Amino acid sequence: MTASDVYLLSPEISMVGLAVLVVLADLIFRQKGVVAFLAIVGLAVPVAFSIALWIDIDGEATSQRFLELGQATTFAVDHFSLFFKFLVIAVVGLVLLVSQDYVGRFAKYRGEYYALILLSAVGMMLLPSTTELITIYVSLELATIPLVVLSAFLRDARSTEAAMKFFVLAAVSSALLLYGMVLVYGFTGSTQLSVIAERIQEQPVESIAFGAAPLLLGVVLIVAGFGFKMALAPFQMWVPDVYEGSPTPITAYLSVASKAAAFAVLIRVFYLAFGGLSLDWSIGFAVLAVLSMTVGNLMAIAQTNIKRLLAYSTVAHAGYLMVGVAAVAARVGDGPTDLGLGGVLFYLVAYGATNLAAFFAIIAIANKIKSERIDDFAGMGFKAPLLAAVLAISLISLIGIPPTAGFIGKIYLFNAAVRADLAWLVVAGAINSVISAYYYLRVIRVMYTGNETERETVPFSLAARGALAISAVGIVVLGVIPGYVLDVAQSAVGVIVGG
Amino acid sequence: MFVGLLTTLVFLPAAAALIIALFLKEKRQVRVFAGIVAVAELVLSIVAFASYDTAEGGVQLVDRISDWIPALNAQYFLGLDGLNAPMVLLTGLLGACAIFVSWRVEHRVKEYFMWLLLLWTAVMGVFVALDFLLFFIFWEIELIPMYMLISMWGTGRPTYSAMKFVAFTFLGSAFMLVAILALYFATGTFDMIRITQELGFDTPYSRLIMPAAVTFFFFFAAFAVKLPIWPVHTWLPDAHTDAPTAVSVMLAGVLLKMGGYGILRVCLSIFPDVARDYGTPLAILAAFSILYGAVVTMRQTDLKRLVAYSSVSHMGFVLLGVTSVSAVGGGFATVGITGASVQMFTHGTITGLLFVLVGLVYEKVHTRHIPDITGLAVRVPFVAVSFVIAGLASLGLPGLSGFVAEIMIFLGAFKANPWPVAFAAFGVVLAAGYILWTLQRILFGPPSDRQEGLTDASWMERLPIVTLIIAIVVVGVYPAVITDVLDTALPNLINFRMP
Repeated sequence: MTASDVYLLSPEISMVGLAVLVVLADLIFRQKGVVAFLAIVGLAVPVAFSIALWIDIDGEATSQRFLELGQATTFAVDHFSLFFKFLVIAVVGLVLLVSQDYVGRFAKYRGEYYALILLSAVGMMLLPSTTELITIYVSLELATIPLVVLSAFLRDARSTEAAMKFFVLAAVSSALLLYGMVLVYGFTGSTQLSVIAERIQEQPVESIAFGAAPLLLGVVLIVAGFGFKMALAPFQMWVPDVYEGSPTPITAYLSVASKAAAFAVLIRVFYLAFGGLSLDWSIGFAVLAVLSMTVGNLMAIAQTNIKRLLAYSTVAHAGYLMVGVAAVAARVGDGPTDLGLGGVLFYLVAYGATNLAAFFAIIAIANKIKSERIDDFAGMGFKAPLLAAVLAISLISLIGIPPTAGFIGKIYLFNAAVRADLAWLVVAGAINSVISAYYYLRVIRVMYTGNETERETVPFSLAARGALAISAVGIVVLGVIPGYVLDVAQSAVGVIVGG
Repeated sequence: MFVGLLTTLVFLPAAAALIIALFLKEKRQVRVFAGIVAVAELVLSIVAFASYDTAEGGVQLVDRISDWIPALNAQYFLGLDGLNAPMVLLTGLLGACAIFVSWRVEHRVKEYFMWLLLLWTAVMGVFVALDFLLFFIFWEIELIPMYMLISMWGTGRPTYSAMKFVAFTFLGSAFMLVAILALYFATGTFDMIRITQELGFDTPYSRLIMPAAVTFFFFFAAFAVKLPIWPVHTWLPDAHTDAPTAVSVMLAGVLLKMGGYGILRVCLSIFPDVARDYGTPLAILAAFSILYGAVVTMRQTDLKRLVAYSSVSHMGFVLLGVTSVSAVGGGFATVGITGASVQMFTHGTITGLLFVLVGLVYEKVHTRHIPDITGLAVRVPFVAVSFVIAGLASLGLPGLSGFVAEIMIFLGAFKANPWPVAFAAFGVVLAAGYILWTLQRILFGPPSDRQEGLTDASWMERLPIVTLIIAIVVVGVYPAVITDVLDTALPNLINFRMP
């Protein structure tokens, strides 16, 4: 490894260093605030390295740098991967801030809590950059295993059950993923995405043993493996239990960062390695999108626990995101060809801000009323008007009603689908938004029913307030002046679509 | 200039809502402040309408930021032309009335006025937005205030009715979204004026991803729900019956016009050929809607439901007027389309007035069950006289505005589709039936003992009533007030693309 290789990995390396530092600081300092402070402020280092890389790459012709180990290219640094690194770090920062109100429940393990979040973030930062199957697998495990531990942190029956389910299903999904990778390797002779793409281009399908069927089976298994991480139906069974049982900040983290990283790697794998098969998988992704939206929204209607409701909502949103991925066939039209991917990236940011705001408000409200049942949220509109307003705005954004981030995100995704001649998919998506309005609006109404009561104080630390404010402002800003983020998202996917 | 008249007109109520949220506490303060804003907004809308230069025509008072969302080529584009100028006046008029009839709301006054003002902003925005994305944004924003107003200040089954309203409208707009994106894909712009000028001329219909007729009917689905046309009208009686008075006034007076305005602005201007080709089926639909609405109205015993169903019948005339497009080139076709637009204005004022009066009666006698109300003419002469005027206007008495609109519609539509129009004309007879019968039952029976000691309308309550009566009489006697402005738009409205 040369110095320049270390530089390419510097955001991840500094993140690992920060995690180790946090564990050490936890041993030394008695005041636990110091540990949290260190973890949050320390994030500035990976951010600084990422910014430096972004600027450096900007000046280069290929706008991409690779890390090579021996003959293999395992790791690419480009605007696409850096975009996701910023997103993951931002989510980690907000989750750490809001955790201040939550860590009291597991005071003994605060240091471990922070360190595990940071370690999981390392995996999620590696994933968007990976260009080789084995690296993908290792990064995915690095992202997942700390999350399994974190979901057990409450140490009650539900939390333990959540962790157990999470662990078993993560293992199953990893097995599927590995099996798929093995098949792809067997039929192309390489684990490198770029080489796989070449082999698929070179070999006429007829010359492969058994035709292309085993290769496609491998592709399907890889989709299934990623599908678990993205909470995509029909791989969503673990989602409600894990979301309900885990500590709420971890649920928020899981629902945003983990999904974003999984989408990043999915995009890279499919556009880079299986681009030659694009028309084959585009329709498959469209079907998965409809399935996921419909299952998520229909199941959410019956939920009485707010975290379970948002769990099913996250399944539905994985479906909306899939619309953008399926819009790959846009390549046949004229005009911009990478709208779908730009839409996915923007939607992930919009969805991230929205879901974090929703979960953060729920943390504060649930702390106050000691319940996560939707019916117990009655009257919150009066008791805690600001919190209720933020939750209401984020739910409106999840429906996709303007002037919020969720609306612009959906417009952008649907626009890409229309260009890709998938108008039926847009109709399905829009009708799903209608279904979703039913259960989201119900929550809003519950908060504002009941008799007018006095304001009550809600225990809510300054750090958590900051996190809530940032994400809430994000929803509105992205909804009213989305131009800048849209442009960045669009430029970030240039390297994927162009390459 | 950027912060022009129209921007102020649209955002003044929203700004007022924000001020109420942040600074005002006392019920009285909120009411007085909302009243002042209502008067200011009314004056602004009159100024906007009056300053429209009919000699010059075209789009005037433009407020535009052309790079609002560059990635989507979406603009912030407000403008006034012959089509929307009367709607702006109507919205100003009825919005102000809605604020003043809410003077007696005692339950959660602050939030109530906030939502009402936000609703006003959204509807005003729908009428003056000339960019499809912006139009759609306002169209969708309107859902949230309506949902909150009906579900929280309504009576009867408010949650059910509010959700039904949202579900129907949202489902309609799902189809509209696909159609908007199809137009965007074909033309590369959201600019309504440019699309109207280019589609079919510079840009052939064949560039749409769906056949022009499908796109037309996707739009029509959204507008028909709002208008409403049988069979998608069922949300209207429920929403009206359960909504508070002011919301009924806004709903019947302005929100339904969004549908008619949409048909004129989009379906007719952009797809005149399709409207012409499908003129007969649409005319049959309109005639059925008129007759069905009228027959069902006959059977109603709830005063509010009665007025609501009469709206279904009367708004059918708007669609009937639109079908005169089939006869363009000869006879009175543009008269029919002008009539449709005048009908929207007059129905807004007349039905708005009827709902104000029904609300007043309900407040006084605490029932809307028609058999329980008798002899109001003796007890509350002012209300009774106003009721008679509104009723006569509604059944189309010459000298009042309803007559002008209906005669124009019949004149224009008859040549295109004589049979449907002949049947639709029976709607007028039925209207005379149900209105006179109702007036006779509630006003002129023997005064009942239960209604002893009723007080007539206070000056505060008379204010909106008198304003609306003046509007009805002025348009009835001198319709050129409205038609002169409309005539500047109509010659350019229908430019057939295909022979």
